[in-house]
Amino acid sequence: MSKLLEVKDLRISFNTYGGEVQAVRGVSFDLNKGETLAIVGESGSGKSVSTSAVMGLLPKSNTVVKSGEILYKGKDILKLSEKEMEKIRGKEISMVFQDPMSSLNPTMKVGNQIAEGLIKHQGLNKAQAKEKAIELLAKVGIPNPELRVNQYPHQFSGGMRQRVVIAIALACNPEIIIADEPTTALDVTIQAQILELMKEMQKETGSSIIFITHDLGVVANVADRVAVMYAGKIVEVGTVDDIFYNPKHPYTWGLLGSMPTLDDDESEELYTIPGTPPDLTNPPKGDAFAPRNKYALEIDTLYEPPMFKVSDTHYAATWLLHENAPKIEVPEAIKKRIESFAAKQGGNE
Amino acid sequence: MSTNEKILEVKNLKKYFPAGRGKVVKAVDNISFDIYKGETFGLVGESGSGKSTAGRTIIRLYDATEGEVLFKGNNVHAKLSKADQLKFNREMQMIFQDPSSSLNPRMTVMDIIAEGLDVHRLVKNEKERRERVEELLEAVGLNREHANRFPHEFSGGQRQRIGIARALAVEPELIICDEPISALDVSIQAQVVNLLKKLQKERGLTYLFIAHDLSMVKYISDRIGVMHLGHMVELADSDELYKNPIHPYTKSLLSAIPLPDPAYERNRVRQVYDPSQLDTSEEPEFREVRPRHWVRCTTKEFEQYKRELEGKE
Repeated sequence: MSKLLEVKDLRISFNTYGGEVQAVRGVSFDLNKGETLAIVGESGSGKSVSTSAVMGLLPKSNTVVKSGEILYKGKDILKLSEKEMEKIRGKEISMVFQDPMSSLNPTMKVGNQIAEGLIKHQGLNKAQAKEKAIELLAKVGIPNPELRVNQYPHQFSGGMRQRVVIAIALACNPEIIIADEPTTALDVTIQAQILELMKEMQKETGSSIIFITHDLGVVANVADRVAVMYAGKIVEVGTVDDIFYNPKHPYTWGLLGSMPTLDDDESEELYTIPGTPPDLTNPPKGDAFAPRNKYALEIDTLYEPPMFKVSDTHYAATWLLHENAPKIEVPEAIKKRIESFAAKQGGNE
Repeated sequence: MSTNEKILEVKNLKKYFPAGRGKVVKAVDNISFDIYKGETFGLVGESGSGKSTAGRTIIRLYDATEGEVLFKGNNVHAKLSKADQLKFNREMQMIFQDPSSSLNPRMTVMDIIAEGLDVHRLVKNEKERRERVEELLEAVGLNREHANRFPHEFSGGQRQRIGIARALAVEPELIICDEPISALDVSIQAQVVNLLKKLQKERGLTYLFIAHDLSMVKYISDRIGVMHLGHMVELADSDELYKNPIHPYTKSLLSAIPLPDPAYERNRVRQVYDPSQLDTSEEPEFREVRPRHWVRCTTKEFEQYKRELEGKE
């Protein structure tokens, strides 16, 4: 598989009145052609900031990119001028935002909003662009596209609006689509429709998707690979099966454990992560997860763990994987859950 | 844990809102259910299904258009004397979805939690008031030092704990939890759910738990009612509902939940709800297809559903 995007040791800070917030603290990941990479993490873990940097969408006034590069087809995006970035943004890399109500312009017909990119990037004239907009609306499953193209966002339901946002993102056949919590604001049945649509579109166009979410159910549904973020760093990365069936980082255990499955025993407590995420104006020394980690070692408070290799596809940043570390088993609750998945697999076939 | 004593009976409850030009929105349209003492009753549905309106009408934040809500045998919506109203307000409490907009930003945590104590004159002096608040803060997993702070100094999960402490202050019997965890991060959601379960065990509370996250509702609830467009379409014990969903809408809702299991996700087949497949020969009614399992259906569907359930455990 060829690498389409390479992010290397990205560090981003924001200058605020309260001091410097180190939102992204050394993030590296690759995106291969045609794959879906899910980035999971809680609010404030830096997942949106990392991907906004890829789009060149961070506010110039208070953002400091301290180090790192973002290589798209071998070129460093961070070094491009705004003019050059405009040629990539929307055309080669496009974005689907969380809230379709605020990411669409309420005073503009949806047809014109879709046509905007087509006119700018593909040099179509207005009539051609409108025709293409109708085609795109039909493609994302909006009935009566000829009529809908002349309507305003408020005339659409939430799910329909998100379909319009996807149509805009797809308009110029981008290589990469960044979807930032695209279904979080939607109902489950609508969410299922949107996820199906995105997968279908990906099959058709072969584009790569970076999917940001905090919902592990959605991750299991869409992702090929998963990167788990905590406090501005990637703590574990692997294929979807690595992460769900062989998790190595205690934070991943906590995330998996805090979601009930449908056949959990209700008398048992959910496996939780105690405490709250650290303040990134003043990140703790050593492993940022250590204060919430009951398996923390002494070294965690002194040195940040590097990425340990578990397999060719699977890496995790925890000292527990060091050869001299005490052997810690996956917690009982998580183990039981993985076994129950395996059992269900056997039962289904 | 639930007993056979009904703490709440909702009978043919309707709540209509005027929508201008003589139109009405039937947000809650003729729902009936009971909640037993000590149980957790889950109310699920998508946005616009009327689940929150139902909760708000039960606690009388809205006046009902028609129907009755009986709390421990007394009609909540009848004209109550001041004393009775006060008593009802104490015995039924609510926890809201958004912990940042449901706490007064200008009040200290101490005053927020003690407001109920003051209104109901449950404490005699300042010292007792402080002790009570500190005790409550500790019960919900916060520190006593937090009492003098303001809501903005807390994270979302901590604010929700303050909301829970406020509800607990007046020692209610029934708490309506209106999407108490939807605004929180996953790891914090689990903390709050564990806390709610622990408090229920310690204090014998009854919950009406309103949410759209079906896996969490399944986890916390003893029985679940599914709402759709103002109607209750199905009601059963939570295991029964997840094992043997019978109404097409419930089936589609359950088949849409993504689970954290990639292998399952690869094979999951989503069922699409098609209302035109429903029998329209008569007005559907809420019927019991097997003991404790109720479905909104017509006579014809009733027979069909019963056959479908035969032989299932």
